[in-house]
Amino acid sequence: MSSQRSSATVDAPPAIELRGVGRRYGERWALDDVSVTVPAGATLVVFGPNGAGKSTLLRVLATLLRPHGGEARVLGEPLPEREWAVRGKVGLLAHEALLYRDLSARENLRFHARLHRVPEPRVEELLERMRLAGRAEDPVRTLSRGLLQRVAVCRAVLHDPPLLLLDEPRANLDPAAAALIEPLIGRTSGRTRVITSHDPAGGLAEADLALGLRDGRVALSAPAHDADAAQVEELYR
Amino acid sequence: MRPSVALLRKDLLLERRAPEAVPAMLLFSITTFVLFHFGLGRDEVSGQLAAGVLTVTLLFAAILGINRLFVSEQEEGGFDGVLLAPIDRTALFVAKATGLFLFLALVEVVAVAAFAILLLGPSPWPALPGLLLVLALLNAALAVVGALVSALAIRTRARDLIVPIVALPLLTPALIAAARLAAPLFAAGGAEALPTKWLAVLALYDLVFGLLAYAVFDFLLED
Repeated sequence: MSSQRSSATVDAPPAIELRGVGRRYGERWALDDVSVTVPAGATLVVFGPNGAGKSTLLRVLATLLRPHGGEARVLGEPLPEREWAVRGKVGLLAHEALLYRDLSARENLRFHARLHRVPEPRVEELLERMRLAGRAEDPVRTLSRGLLQRVAVCRAVLHDPPLLLLDEPRANLDPAAAALIEPLIGRTSGRTRVITSHDPAGGLAEADLALGLRDGRVALSAPAHDADAAQVEELYR
Repeated sequence: MRPSVALLRKDLLLERRAPEAVPAMLLFSITTFVLFHFGLGRDEVSGQLAAGVLTVTLLFAAILGINRLFVSEQEEGGFDGVLLAPIDRTALFVAKATGLFLFLALVEVVAVAAFAILLLGPSPWPALPGLLLVLALLNAALAVVGALVSALAIRTRARDLIVPIVALPLLTPALIAAARLAAPLFAAGGAEALPTKWLAVLALYDLVFGLLAYAVFDFLLED
């Protein structure tokens, strides 16, 4: 396993603490000795080429995958022992929208609202804020990628989670739509965020901490102000 | 119960919006009865043969439904959304088993009528109360084992193969009990009383597998 460690430190209780975390698929380690600490309210941006382990890291943090090595704490709870205590406090925006294609945006959000015990007015509030009310009754399979991403953002923040895990959240969004989702998943939302990105300059501008992965190992770990775009671009060479 | 109800409502809505499982099971059942009609070369069957034809057909039809049980979750990516919710995962088992039970009941309304028209010799009416009880117990077995096996298969690439390979042996005792139970109902001389021994066997099967499934379902969904 790699010996590199995160040096990120901020004066807030950690929302995420990973020490030597590994996760394998069969014999291949998709994450290998990953260590990072993310203070509550901070933003960690994860860079790395395709297959570097970014999405696997998000899925481990979301409790959808169990770590196969190391120690992981999310929102103060050790994983996997108390993963049930983390569920419901995490908002995941993945590559897939995690929506049922034959249900409408409203039906999907109402379904998730029931599972999370969220009052239904919150659904209508989010549909209005995302300017989806006019398409709220259409099956989501008929929505464009951009509109689908806006519904997925609504689903991810429906239960007002303190931790957001965002896998390239602005993919498929035009500038106006990106601005629309900013209050919900941007820095001003006040949530702890872990974001995957392929945009060195944009990602670093948004980050408090930068983590670079290559072949599942930590290749870059630093406060964002100590990292530069050239270091991030090096990950992709 | 609220998460189970929410999950069940979603499954029923999806099946209503884009029917898959129920039409497939129904078409399969009717086609199989037609095949038996010509394959056996008989216009009428009764007794153990009739009970066997009906229960085996329903069992194979159920396999189609079991194969589709978690497909909406898998294909749409919605499964992760459900797993992220702060709910007891056995709620998913309750919802899936109840959904399959309801789908089977819906299929049987038409399939049993088709069976009576195409194959059954004796009048079906005297057998109806007993048959409802037998089908309810058989459906419970199919639903419980089906939800369990479907959850097991969802994580595998060979889902369509895993379901029949695992479910059919597990369901064999339920099939035997249901066929033995239904045989006197279809007796050539008119419906006879249900054999209590097989009634107890099938009820016990439902209870044991219901408890077993409830206990292990959570572990099946673990990564």
